Amino acid sequence: MLTDILDRHRRDGTRLMQILREAQEALGWLSPATITAIASGIGWPRAKVEGTASFYSFFHTRPMGEYRVLWSDNITDRMLGNLDLMQAMCQKLWLEPGRVSEDGLVSVDTTSCTGMCDQGPAVLVNYRAIPRMTRERVELMVELIRARKPLADWPADWFVIEDNIRRADILLGNRMAPGEALGAALAAGADAMLAEIRTSQLRGRGGAGFATGLKWEACRQARGTAHYVICNADEGEPGTFKDRVLLTRQPDLVFEGMTIAAHIIGARRGYVYLRGEYRYLLESLESVLAARRAAGLLGADILGKGFDFDIEIHLGAGAYVCGEESALIESLEGKRGVPRNRPPYPVTHGFLNQPTVVNNVETFAAAALIAARGGDWYRSFGTPRSAGTKILSVSGDCARPGVYEYPFGVSVRQVLADCGAHDSQAVQISGPSGICIGPDEFDRRIAFEDIPTAGAFMIFDIRRDIFDVVRNFIHFFAHESCGFCTPCRVGTTLLKNLMDKIAAGHGTRYDIDEIYQLNRVLRTAAHCGLGHTAANPLVHTLEKFRPAYERRLKSMEFEPAFDLDAALSEARQMTGRDDAGAHLATDTENAR
Amino acid sequence: MNEQTFNLDGQEIPFAAGQSVMQAALAAGVFVPHLCYHPEFRPHGSCKLCTMKINGRPATSCTTPAAAGMEVESDTPEILDTRRILLQMLLVEGNHFCPSCEKSGHCKLQALGYELGVMSPHFNHFYPDRPVDASHPDVLLDFNRCILCELCIRASAEVDGKNVFALSGRGIKKHLIVNAESGKLGDTDFALTDKAAQVCPVGVILPKHKGFAVPIGQRRFDAEPISAHVEEFKPIAAAAPRAGDKP
Repeated sequence: MLTDILDRHRRDGTRLMQILREAQEALGWLSPATITAIASGIGWPRAKVEGTASFYSFFHTRPMGEYRVLWSDNITDRMLGNLDLMQAMCQKLWLEPGRVSEDGLVSVDTTSCTGMCDQGPAVLVNYRAIPRMTRERVELMVELIRARKPLADWPADWFVIEDNIRRADILLGNRMAPGEALGAALAAGADAMLAEIRTSQLRGRGGAGFATGLKWEACRQARGTAHYVICNADEGEPGTFKDRVLLTRQPDLVFEGMTIAAHIIGARRGYVYLRGEYRYLLESLESVLAARRAAGLLGADILGKGFDFDIEIHLGAGAYVCGEESALIESLEGKRGVPRNRPPYPVTHGFLNQPTVVNNVETFAAAALIAARGGDWYRSFGTPRSAGTKILSVSGDCARPGVYEYPFGVSVRQVLADCGAHDSQAVQISGPSGICIGPDEFDRRIAFEDIPTAGAFMIFDIRRDIFDVVRNFIHFFAHESCGFCTPCRVGTTLLKNLMDKIAAGHGTRYDIDEIYQLNRVLRTAAHCGLGHTAANPLVHTLEKFRPAYERRLKSMEFEPAFDLDAALSEARQMTGRDDAGAHLATDTENAR
Repeated sequence: MNEQTFNLDGQEIPFAAGQSVMQAALAAGVFVPHLCYHPEFRPHGSCKLCTMKINGRPATSCTTPAAAGMEVESDTPEILDTRRILLQMLLVEGNHFCPSCEKSGHCKLQALGYELGVMSPHFNHFYPDRPVDASHPDVLLDFNRCILCELCIRASAEVDGKNVFALSGRGIKKHLIVNAESGKLGDTDFALTDKAAQVCPVGVILPKHKGFAVPIGQRRFDAEPISAHVEEFKPIAAAAPRAGDKP
């Protein structure tokens, strides 16, 4: 079986991620012997293969049960009660989270946001997405697992993912036939097409907002033995799910944008880096690619113009940091997803060290529209400094969560009104690494010149405790830090520990100063955006939602870090006691 | 041809084409704190101790190419404070007990602690559980002290051609592993004579059968602070390759 997988991937080490995933799907887990066999198959040092396998949350180098249930743990899932449901599931299965059952049947754990925030609480079962979990579903799922029913025999409606398109504009409302934009681009020629992209003033939709025309031009001019186009569909920022909908409803437009980019920069090969959480999309996307090949829109001699280009879908395996373009490229080469030192940038030294364009799903879709309708047409949408539309992923406290496409310049207040949000206390825009705003800022606008965003729009009404929101985000960053640089590897864990200390009622003013100090070190010294922004949720909310912290703080200046009662927890666990007599009376408890 | 320079804390530093800010500074005799840098290897940029403010923006000086006219700040209270905190992070992340460590006095982490005036670990210790590996006949691996600089990984791959070491795990769970299905160094082709055995800046890779040959108090950084050893860290001129960074 392993030989077949290795042969299918031509024993090519740069395809290690796909080899590991397929081996795990076939064998259940990646045993030491499997890792050794894969390493010798691709001719890599064994330790390097283990290094890759151990980096990604969705690869396991120890058995995790025939059924692995992972509960999405974004704050939106929490607000919909995921932890209670997970606990109910664990009780029914006589399990502790993170542990495998004695009979090796099942394990239950949490995972970072799976991109189903508009239809949570969501789980992944053996890496297949199931949204809208309820108590009834938990009960039935436990029965199905106990009966060892294969996933294929589970109720089909459980696996239905809703698109929830609430407002469509030029992208989500697109009705062009496949090939229309590509035909226009090939007829115009690469020079004219690049000029149109520049005219459109299209900027990257992944968050950073780099000018697409400039990026493509730089890549086109870079020398190399081959050029590559990569579509970043790693959509890992908690609260973001618009690329999932674009890939479901407009895959042709996305592939067409990639093909147009390839024609401009002179690439013959492209990759879609699809996050592992969206594994369920793989077969449908493969069939769209096959249809495009059959229609002469992909493969050799596209549209009879002598242009060769093909696209392959590469699945990630649970690592937020791979949304950073150089980490994504490392992952695409079969390695640990660690951001590279830059310069050089991917446009000159990207995939396999060759000139590479990496763009977000939405950017490629927009480029295809521009190819068909022109740069001036595109620029007529949005604001003078933010051309076109932006798709928002709206979730949290509102009546109609889902996907909303607006011309740039829409106010936060407008979005809140459209989605039926009431008594909103705060909106987290562009995910945990973005910004948190309160009602006095709801007239600000979604635009590069005001609030830039990769798309997440999470709403919290006045019933919510902002501290819980931030603590969830800080735990997320600590879990997703790649560990390359000192400040992020250690600093995100220190922040997490501080939040847990404050949550336990042991925080003081001193700890708030510590948070600011760590933020300064992360901003100054971290290797990439993950570390730079990891303390953002804390810093933003300490300014705007101070009471959420202060009512948890002890009034004293200093609280010893050592907690005598907590130190006894191991003894309590060993003796199976948790009664009042097994606890020391502490000031905290007296205060309560 | 005019010599190109940049300004470091008020001093004009000359540089050769292709040199990093840090290399140029070291060549000019200005000590720059570092742990993952080694003159015989390509810059790595992970420990972040060499962070400076370059043209007003923070950056790792080991990975930033020097350019004429750059304004670089290194010896400022804010940057020194950042470096101290980075050292404190490393000190609490692992298990570092200097008084009983064979590497005391030869250890760069300890020496930088003295150099920068780290008076306490400041943060709570993590006390990670990191078993030692004594399976190799000639070498002991004490992972408790690993600071993840990857020098042994690079030396084994690039100089020894063996790939004995690699990283496993992610984030705070990241750790050093060896190239054997058993996970034991004794089952690899590692040898005491490997370059990888010579480059550890702390006390992870230790030769067996010999301990405390030089008494504590008479060791490399006991007599003089690490900054006085700047000569040893200078970039290697093409004509004059230097020996390994042996204690």
